[in-house]
Amino acid sequence: MTLNTSRRGFLKSAAAAAAVLYVGVRPNGALAAGSAPAQLNPFVKISADGTVTAIVKHFEKGQGPATGLTTLIAEELGVSMEDIQYEFAPSDPSRYANLAFGQMQGTGGSTAMANSFLQYRQAGAAAREMLIQAAAEAWGADTAELTLEDGILKGAGQEAPLAEFVAAAAQMEAPAEPRLKDPSEFRLIGNASVKRKDSLPKTNGTAMYAMDLHLPNQMVAVIIRSPRMGGLASGFDDANAKEIKGYIRAAVLPNQAGVAVYAEDTWGAFQARDAITVDWDFSNAESRSSDQIREELLAAVNTDPEYNVTGADQAATAAQIDGAAKVVEQTFYFPLLAHAPMEPLTCTIEADEDGGVTLHDGCQFPTGPHIAMAQIFQLPMEKIRINTMFAGGSFGRRATPTADYQVEAALAFALTDRSRPVKLVWSREDDITGGYYRPAVAHRVRVGLDADGNIAGWDHRIAAQPILKGTAFESMLVHDGVDHSSVEGVAGSPYQIPGQHVGLTDVAKATTVLWWRSVGHTHTAYVMETMLDQAAHAAGRDPVEFRLALLEGGGADQQRLAGVLKLAAEKGGWGSAPEGRSQGIAVHKSFGSYVAEVVEISGNANDGVKIEKVTCAVDCGIAVNPDVIKAQMEGGIGYGLGHVMRNEITLTEGEVDQSNFPDYEPLRIGDIGAIEVHIVPSAEMPTGVGEPGTPPSAPALANAIAVNGPLVTELPMNLNGVSFA
Amino acid sequence: MAISLKLNGQTHQVEAEPGTPLLWVIRDELKLTGTKFGCGVAACGACTVHLDGEPVRSCQTFVEDAEGAEITTIEGLNSKVSKAVQDAWVELDVVQCGYCQSGQIMSAVGLLSENPKPTVEEIDSFMNGNACRCATYQRIRAAIQRASEMMEA
Ligand code: FES
Ligand code: FES
Repeated sequence: MTLNTSRRGFLKSAAAAAAVLYVGVRPNGALAAGSAPAQLNPFVKISADGTVTAIVKHFEKGQGPATGLTTLIAEELGVSMEDIQYEFAPSDPSRYANLAFGQMQGTGGSTAMANSFLQYRQAGAAAREMLIQAAAEAWGADTAELTLEDGILKGAGQEAPLAEFVAAAAQMEAPAEPRLKDPSEFRLIGNASVKRKDSLPKTNGTAMYAMDLHLPNQMVAVIIRSPRMGGLASGFDDANAKEIKGYIRAAVLPNQAGVAVYAEDTWGAFQARDAITVDWDFSNAESRSSDQIREELLAAVNTDPEYNVTGADQAATAAQIDGAAKVVEQTFYFPLLAHAPMEPLTCTIEADEDGGVTLHDGCQFPTGPHIAMAQIFQLPMEKIRINTMFAGGSFGRRATPTADYQVEAALAFALTDRSRPVKLVWSREDDITGGYYRPAVAHRVRVGLDADGNIAGWDHRIAAQPILKGTAFESMLVHDGVDHSSVEGVAGSPYQIPGQHVGLTDVAKATTVLWWRSVGHTHTAYVMETMLDQAAHAAGRDPVEFRLALLEGGGADQQRLAGVLKLAAEKGGWGSAPEGRSQGIAVHKSFGSYVAEVVEISGNANDGVKIEKVTCAVDCGIAVNPDVIKAQMEGGIGYGLGHVMRNEITLTEGEVDQSNFPDYEPLRIGDIGAIEVHIVPSAEMPTGVGEPGTPPSAPALANAIAVNGPLVTELPMNLNGVSFA
Repeated sequence: MAISLKLNGQTHQVEAEPGTPLLWVIRDELKLTGTKFGCGVAACGACTVHLDGEPVRSCQTFVEDAEGAEITTIEGLNSKVSKAVQDAWVELDVVQCGYCQSGQIMSAVGLLSENPKPTVEEIDSFMNGNACRCATYQRIRAAIQRASEMMEA
């Protein structure tokens, strides 16, 4: 996604009243401080006893904002990481909007750090200046003499913990433009020894995920969904469920998308569900199989594209390729993929005393369910509350434009007398079969090489099921009919490819589709990076040198991409693989970050491939928490590799064939050896890390396998000629 | 039926139908939510607990079969091995989303209790049933090795 992450002048602080100092920004964007959070959006709260709390506006699914945004406050305020706590912000887009998304509060597109970097630092810096001002007044000193470090104010022969000045600071106006630290003064930002804030509770079982909530008197609801997209429930028979301990009742959802089954506990709900039969009306339901979808997509890349994405003259490009000394040509197919976050989807809704409702959820995009619930319950926005809890992974799944599972919970709750909280629980089978997949996509690429081995023309056609068309994101990311999420990573690639034509054809979806960790880059990086390798081989040139030549003489974009490519090649021992090993390399820019990876394998496609080592180089601007960045690269690489190795979702007459981990087998510990991550030092603004590790991993593996075997052009690899050791 | 369970050193009387997975008794009845539900079919390891010190998948253990055994969940860990494992996990910041990690830790404690100095191959094979969708595997491997060192000290 192309997102604007650099709005200046947004910050304003609110001064805290008597006992508590809040600092944040007002809805109009000015820095503000105050003693109550009501009129501002606090990013930092300091209680009278000196307890400092960062209010984190991005949800924590493991990608690290609870640590990252807290680091920004601690750095500028002058407290240690041990002396700062965090809590998740309430749902309120007028205060906690993602600056990259306009008036929406949410986490996605790897934007958490990029859109918070200045905002949170300014809030911390404003709080520091106010505390220093209060101390200066109390001590009759000049503010320039005083410092605040590790929570202690010092100077003019005096010393006191910040708690002593909270009340006075809470009466002040926030400074309009607090001074931010120069990077040379950073103690926490960029410090590799800063630890995650959430390690301990996630290591001793006390971290509370939405799945762990047990509200007094709650019911558990599970849904029987249409096995095919568009099927409608018309009735059900629950005679056999009545025998099951804990079964309460069942009801057809108002939108007929399924039947809600209510029980006293989770196991009762699962068992009752199995005992209920539903009458479905499939007259408007999807009935295509994935084989047909594949045929449609492959046919589409072999006809004239619906949209000319880059505006290049397709006929001229084709003519250049036809007249080239050599032509390299491949067709690719990518299957549907499920996200399968470790914590199955779940959320709980309860009635509040004032007639409102509260949603408890590992909530990725609060604004979506917030608006949806206001409509379903016919309540004003301020009567809908969202309590954001830890999320057990997401990979995109918890943020649907339709707020799908929160809407299910709201409908299930609306069908009750609302006296009992309703906890919606998805099983793993619900998750694997329940829709919202990385779309199936086909590419066809023809590359012409001149007699010197240089690219003379590149004709690239993509056929995809659009993710964003028809959603609230359409106006932002669909232009002239082109869904940017289908072509990102090919169109606008930093490579300076002469005569590149990019065409796109939309193919109707047979199931609901959704962004999946790194969105369009999941397939575009694979195609770009394997085709560049194929072209380099055809030209008799080294893949790294071939790529560098396409980046030469460019601007910052090209230089940064070349920088990580060289670093990964150097650290990964490019070109000097030990005996019996093969290497593949790939580099890709996504979400503002540049990542290159060298995958080193032993074995081959016939006898069994083993991924021995992955070396990664990343340039994501200022590295706020280096160890979190490394962890995100490690995880992104594993996520990318596991899926290309052996995952696909297929449909038979509209129904999903897979159902749980045994037939959607996750990456296992023995599948990858060591992963080594190197971070490029940078003074640029921080950019994304949650997703950018994923795109280069799969093509680097494919390129390594192709050294002594076939280039895999259809995924997953294990069903297309590659065995894994 | 009434069942008596010995869990984390305490005896609990619970009412459950035969065939109910131990997982749901632990989570929904006893409200100990450190033990997680990930798949329900013994394919992910998120629900791992110890029965008499042995890691088992509680989603595929009938509650009646756990009667009489010492059941330990993540909340009840207190051995020297478990301390080393949890300390190593924090030291290396293994967790990401964290949802699989109770199960990973229960398995790792099981491994190091029977094999205090496992090789990489032994770690990979013992931990194979514990999936981590966040792919924290190399830190899990490193933390087990670190815990093994700590246990010697
Ligand atoms: S929940 Fe028991 S192994 Fe997955
Ligand atoms: S840490 Fe997220 S599944 Fe393992």
